Amino acid sequence: MAPASCALCKMSKAILKRPKTGQQICKDCFFYVFETEVHHTITTAKLFKQGDKVAIGASGGKDSTVLAHVMKTLNDRYQYGLELFLLSIDEGITGYRDDSLETVKRNQQQYDMPLKILSYDELYGWTMDAIVSQIGKKNNCTFCGVFRRQALDRGAAMLDVDHIVTGHNADDIAETVLMNIMRGDIARLGRCTMICTQGEDTIKRSKPFKYAYEKEIVMYAYFKKLDYFSTECIYSPDAYRGHARAFLKDLEAARPSAIIDIIHSGEAFEVREEVKAAQKTQQTCIRCGYMSSNELCKACTLLEGLERGMANSAITERARKKMEASGPAPNNMRSIPFFQSSQPILAVEAPS
Amino acid sequence: MASDTLSLKIEFGGGLELLFSNIRSHKITLPHLVPIDNSMDGTSHVPSSSTPPSATDGDKPIKTKPADVTYLMHYLRDNLLKERAELFMENGTVRPGILVLINDTDWELEGEGEYELKDGDEIVFISTLHGG
Repeated sequence: MAPASCALCKMSKAILKRPKTGQQICKDCFFYVFETEVHHTITTAKLFKQGDKVAIGASGGKDSTVLAHVMKTLNDRYQYGLELFLLSIDEGITGYRDDSLETVKRNQQQYDMPLKILSYDELYGWTMDAIVSQIGKKNNCTFCGVFRRQALDRGAAMLDVDHIVTGHNADDIAETVLMNIMRGDIARLGRCTMICTQGEDTIKRSKPFKYAYEKEIVMYAYFKKLDYFSTECIYSPDAYRGHARAFLKDLEAARPSAIIDIIHSGEAFEVREEVKAAQKTQQTCIRCGYMSSNELCKACTLLEGLERGMANSAITERARKKMEASGPAPNNMRSIPFFQSSQPILAVEAPS
Repeated sequence: MASDTLSLKIEFGGGLELLFSNIRSHKITLPHLVPIDNSMDGTSHVPSSSTPPSATDGDKPIKTKPADVTYLMHYLRDNLLKERAELFMENGTVRPGILVLINDTDWELEGEGEYELKDGDEIVFISTLHGG
């Protein structure tokens, strides 16, 4: 096959077929369009303002590593005036997170950004290793997801940042749309395509890679020779997401625009007012002060179950009733330190 | 260099190396001409799933084709892969979500599995499937 020349500059040899557009482009044009599209996503959604302190949720994986690189590049190129931080959560998974955190520490050097690591052990008194040794591999992702979400907010509050950005990409969001449709989770369906989740006074969370295809993120990391960690979590993977993912990848193979199309479908769903009204309003957890749709937030409920040796109480209704029947939480039980953000928190989002 | 073989450099990334003894970089030699059904020359025992149902009986000479990327994938699966073959190949090609680069170019621009390998080619397989 004769090498095609780049559809944009017409000069260099094309090295990549863009899944979004089918265009064949060269390496330099690829870097330029990838970065510029993220810049447009950021400016169109007005994600930042001059002087914002922004934490990049960094796992050491491909998405957050590329995000850190691109955020630094754009902040310099377009003078966003942001103060950037890396924020990592150490779930306490030996042989997995300890290795990936080494990658984050190298990123800290390479990108010259301050790094904060907050561990489950420090915040909840439980590592994922300890949780799995108590509850087994089934359902442990529920604990990890709930704990990580809250840990990120708490880490952001410790850094006193205005904003958390995460590496969620277009493929992740399309998967979440599919999962929320299959589960009939109308509240999350409405939220999961939002580029930015925030109430007036919350720590904002946003996804600058909302429209970036995973293929391009991985290609970007490859051609830029970025240093990232790519081992699967040693505990059972999220099986339901795995099915949604495999389905999405098959759709993408047949028609690459499927990913963006599904995100647009998710955005186009409109929730009727009476459905919205039936949804639970947000309050703060009576025990730890974190946002919650019940008296106790999900993390406190899970932690209480662990502490009382009834870890399933937050997973099944039957186990919850059993724990309630066994009396109130003992006074000396470990709980999460009271959440103090400079602002109260209003919005929630699906853990991913 | 004998003209009837090809020397290739193979790289695995993005976690795919875990299926290949956790070794990222491999050097292999393939014959120029390979069986058209991508079977492994009859020497190594091949799982029956890798041969198409239309395989002919042993009397006829084996039909051959120039070694291509599809043959390479079968070769890697049957000779280098150590575990969970279904995470590497599916329906005769790489599993969706695995990126392939031929001499640092997206294989979608090079004819994918039909690309005919040349001596000295460098083929990279990267999984996109591993999360953060």
